[in-house]
Amino acid sequence: MRELLLCPPDYYGIEYEINPWMNRARGAEAALAQKQWKQLHARLSNLDCEVHLISPQPGLPDMVFTANAGLTVGRKFIPSNFRHKERAGEQPFFAKWMEQRRYEVNWLPENLYFEGEGDALFGGDALFCGYKFRSDIQSHRALSDILGCLVISVELVDPRFYHLDTCFCPLPDGMAFWFPSAFDDYGQRAIREHVSGLIDVSPEEATHFSCNAVVIERDIVLPEGAPRLVATLQESGYRCHELPMSEFIKAGGACKCLTLFMPQRESV
Amino acid sequence: MVSETIELRGHIIDSLILPKVLDQILTHGANFKIGEIKIGERRADQSFARIEVSAETSEALDELMLRLRQHGAEVIERANVQLATAPVDGVFPGDFYVTTNQQTFVRFGGKEIEVRPAMLNSAIALDRKKESARAVKFFDVTKGDEIVVGHQGIRVVPVQRSTTRTDIFQFINTIVDADEPKSAIVRELGEELRRARTAKGEIAIVAGPAIVRTGAADHLVRLIEAGYVDRLFAGNSFVAYDVEHTLFGTSLGMNPDLAFTRGGHENHLRAINTIREAGGIFAAVRKKILTRGVMYACVLHDVDIVLTGAIRDEGPIPGVTTDIIEAQKIMRQKLADLSHVMLLATVQHSLAVASMLAPTAKTVCVDIDPSAVERAIEHQPLQSIGLVTDVEPFLRELADYVSEPRLRE
Repeated sequence: MRELLLCPPDYYGIEYEINPWMNRARGAEAALAQKQWKQLHARLSNLDCEVHLISPQPGLPDMVFTANAGLTVGRKFIPSNFRHKERAGEQPFFAKWMEQRRYEVNWLPENLYFEGEGDALFGGDALFCGYKFRSDIQSHRALSDILGCLVISVELVDPRFYHLDTCFCPLPDGMAFWFPSAFDDYGQRAIREHVSGLIDVSPEEATHFSCNAVVIERDIVLPEGAPRLVATLQESGYRCHELPMSEFIKAGGACKCLTLFMPQRESV
Repeated sequence: MVSETIELRGHIIDSLILPKVLDQILTHGANFKIGEIKIGERRADQSFARIEVSAETSEALDELMLRLRQHGAEVIERANVQLATAPVDGVFPGDFYVTTNQQTFVRFGGKEIEVRPAMLNSAIALDRKKESARAVKFFDVTKGDEIVVGHQGIRVVPVQRSTTRTDIFQFINTIVDADEPKSAIVRELGEELRRARTAKGEIAIVAGPAIVRTGAADHLVRLIEAGYVDRLFAGNSFVAYDVEHTLFGTSLGMNPDLAFTRGGHENHLRAINTIREAGGIFAAVRKKILTRGVMYACVLHDVDIVLTGAIRDEGPIPGVTTDIIEAQKIMRQKLADLSHVMLLATVQHSLAVASMLAPTAKTVCVDIDPSAVERAIEHQPLQSIGLVTDVEPFLRELADYVSEPRLRE
């Protein structure tokens, strides 16, 4: 059974602008956000997952996006060092929560930005890590030192897809779906060389945050609005669960951003 | 050229970070040299590369470094230079660093300081307060001055061949022997001087007395009149011969304008006496004693005249610096800003100038003696042309070329 960490959106809202999706003039509807988050929680719970909850904190509206808490591998938890001060306050709450659950907390050097599972996703035996907008490439080497695994660093070039999990989603059979234009040429080539089968997501469907999906074995929970991707995934034998995510996309997040795997991998 | 050393670590091969960084260096017009590379053996092993990156300007390099840092490049801090104090006036500490004439940087307090001026066979004195470094000769050093010792923290940047424009200095860099054709080179040189003049470059001539003796003085005058000489370096004898030629039509008793005429050996002493009596060259021009010739043209066209003496000099002619140390200082100062230097028919003076020149100065050496040309040129291995020839046909052809109407402004 997979264990997941979510955070109720009690204090969620668009209170600042740190990515191109955010616009304080176009706030999230609190009630609708609650409804959408509860649907996600229910769906994941129904997929035989144990869902843990961390207490939301006032003044930290983006704490709902638990994927950015850090990266968990086995019993190791590597907390994030957020690039934006608006989110830096989340770090101690997540670290403390993990410590209380007996996770071994491995801190990265303070001067290296790293935004957790949002920029670090396992595919096959490699940990794919995005850099430039939020995480520093130097943090990738530190991850490799801690975890002892192959880290493929890929540069993100489209500010709308500022985290790796907004444009790249590995699948358990070694495949992945992705939005190629979010990466520079070298990043695209590196991914092509290390992923056995790639499903390209169209620009239109990518902007519906289709790549921001939670994959639990053969089940994929993703935002609605990507009929072509869903059809392709279904042909490959996956069950797709499409959820409305409009209120979270306003902040530049969706299903995956709202979910942290505990752990993402048992071992490397 | 300025350079920094960077290191890349991690899965730089699988992530294609190494090729990306190398491509970025090249696409920004910079160059790289891989110093060391270690490729991880197992899949999870990290790799390592140390790369020296060089760019045309420090601004371009800084901008490139900013970009490369984004891809994980770490810029390696160089060690500071080691210093020792001068034990007494005029003496360097043991193991003092001996300079080349190439652009040199010393690292101190984490900063790179350029040694100014770049000067051959000197030591480097560092001023902590001013954060400056200068090349110093023995006579420049006072007890307690901080002098660079050893080789640590020193970076020498050889002059690079121009990549933006092709000129004769880029392609030739060699000696043209007596039996090889020279007209094309002289024309190219004329073009180069024209470009230098347009670009406000400073052109100097180091003139030997053979210019007057071979009858080339009038050609040099034409160059001066056309505005191709900003500074003239010469010795006592050049002035003496030029004045003698002007006043008596001879140089050291020979008439360069007539075939096989000799006589009037004492003329050059009378010429020196006349200038001494007049109170110097400027005074002689003012008093209309000197009414033509090279020195007259220099005064008329505001050419900066730098005269230095030698043991065998008669006189000396007023204005000639006879103190050797003082002469060295003046010459260094007057040579510092030159873009082009022509060393014409004077072995000792040419060698003295060549040893003091910055490596960026483009140099032409003309002498009838191949070994003189060779010795002068070896100081400027990248930007020099040597012509083994009588100076008269060289100057005549050059003066003809730059005096052509299309080259006049």
